Amino acid sequence: MFESIIAEGCLYGIMALGVFITFRVLDFPDLTVDGSFPLGAAIMAAFLVKGYSLWLALVLAFVGGTMAGMLTAVLHNELKIPNLLAGILTMILLYSVNLRILGTSNVSLLNVDTILSRVFGFLKPIGFSREMSYMLFFILAIFIIKFIMDVFFRTDLGLTLGALGNNQQMIISQGVNPKLLKVIGVGFSNGLVAISGALTAQYQNFADVGLGQGIIIAGLASVMIGEFLFRSNRIGWLTLNVILGSIIFHGVMYGARLAIFEIPFLESSDLKAVQVLLVIICLAGVLAREHQRKKGKEKPR
Amino acid sequence: MISLKNIAIVFNKGTPDENLALNNINLSIKEGDFITIIGSNGAGKSTLFNIISGSYFPTSGTVSINNIDVTRHAEYKRAKYIGRIFQNPLMGTAGNMSLEDNMMISYKKGFKWPILSLNQKMRQFFQDELKQLDMGLENRLRDNVGLFSGGQRQALTLLMMVLSQPALILLDEHTAALDPKNAALVLELTSHFVKKYNLTTMMITHNMNHAIEYGNRLFMMDKGEVIFDVQGEEKKALTQARLIEKFHEIRHSEFDNDKVLLSQD
Ligand SMILES: Nc1ncnc2c1ncn2[C@@H]1O[C@H](COP(=O)(O)OP(=O)(O)OP(=O)(O)O)[C@@H](O)[C@H]1O
Ligand SMILES: [Mg+2]
Repeated sequence: MFESIIAEGCLYGIMALGVFITFRVLDFPDLTVDGSFPLGAAIMAAFLVKGYSLWLALVLAFVGGTMAGMLTAVLHNELKIPNLLAGILTMILLYSVNLRILGTSNVSLLNVDTILSRVFGFLKPIGFSREMSYMLFFILAIFIIKFIMDVFFRTDLGLTLGALGNNQQMIISQGVNPKLLKVIGVGFSNGLVAISGALTAQYQNFADVGLGQGIIIAGLASVMIGEFLFRSNRIGWLTLNVILGSIIFHGVMYGARLAIFEIPFLESSDLKAVQVLLVIICLAGVLAREHQRKKGKEKPR
Repeated sequence: MISLKNIAIVFNKGTPDENLALNNINLSIKEGDFITIIGSNGAGKSTLFNIISGSYFPTSGTVSINNIDVTRHAEYKRAKYIGRIFQNPLMGTAGNMSLEDNMMISYKKGFKWPILSLNQKMRQFFQDELKQLDMGLENRLRDNVGLFSGGQRQALTLLMMVLSQPALILLDEHTAALDPKNAALVLELTSHFVKKYNLTTMMITHNMNHAIEYGNRLFMMDKGEVIFDVQGEEKKALTQARLIEKFHEIRHSEFDNDKVLLSQD
């Protein structure tokens, strides 16, 4: 139980890091996620079934997700479609694309060589259980991604992306095209989401066009729970918050699943409602905290 | 270096709100000019800046910088040689990023590559530059800019802009939102930097004394036109009374609306 909570927290945490980039860093609420997550899974599964190199498949999943995010940004930039709607358009478009890639609505990976089966094959001889191996791999994966993000957001380009979400006029005044930044940022975000989807397909041993439905809620909840943890303006702490937020979220969801099992009139299909409830509670918490802070501040001069 | 030819801009064309905000603007700005601009609310001063910077495109006419026609060039492209400060001190910096991050972003204009430029040497450089402001900001490199006062933020915006070495700076009532002490400070700094780096400057102000005291050239704007353009000795000899007199002379107006026109604070 413990292992699977950490494992899932880290696995979906990669997606949450992507959501963090759009919603928090860029201030570009992006719903492409619900399409780019299964896109990553579909690309991964399609290539694994055909026997392509595992790592190539993972890279292609990233590239696919990035392109999906870029499409959303371009729709927003060039056609002036509001960002929420642009994301929804891409998300629905991806449903058809994902079906094409998979060929059917569901592809099994049970007897296929995957990154996870290799990891387990590697760790089993030294006495690790399957759950333990997966957990270790996902921890390693998310911390590598966190490290890359922490460095990236300190580079000149990364800092500029951070400022974009804060003050677009400033970015324009610095001679940078905000449209290009959005393409880069939303693209990168969805690349991460697709990697998360690609790993999820291997974790669950199948890829499904319905895999990503409502996944954005899990991402958002993780980001918001994380914001109650460390208060900092340093990117390293912010990304750590997201990861821990995701682990906490999956812990709570694990508890919710057990509760549903115990309480007779609840069904597993009610889980989504529980997730939404959690997000609403977080949002209310954030608002309450902001209200408190405004009241407490006596305008220091 | 900058010239505007027959610039006109119409807002809300074809609606009952149609508004000719600028009309028949012909200007030629020389390198090293420090121009102060006065005029009543709605005279078109900010709109003139928006046309020069590319925030708005004119309905007709051309804008050129160093003989290159930039009338339809995107704002971010022109920003490589134009620095701009707004009345709102929050507009020039990213509030929830640290001071050093803000300075790094504005250190060089143009596209930013994924390279790590912020190092100890840069920090030392930023600290040295920040000392000029004499606000103690050199010890707060890691603080969020959002924690600073309006005056500190505006002074910082000014410094950051100057460091990127723009060919022209546009100041739109950049001290109007500050308390008198901070306003005087930021204005002093402005004048200091303009001299130090020989910056070509346009400064909108509602303070007639500042308009007279600073710069080598003055524009008076009214109803979308530059009605008075004075420089050199004549500018030096200007007084408030002379400016008001001039306005009435040009507009043949007997209205006692000087306060609205050239409000003095
Ligand atoms: N984006 C816009 N859409 C419609 N009308 C506009 C727009 N921007 C400016 N105007 C109009 O153009 C006219 C000139 O406005 P502008 O902001 O340039 O005045 P100003 O001289 O800067 O005045 P102030 O001293 O109040 O800042 C005003 O009538 C204003 O309502
Ligand atoms: Mg104005």
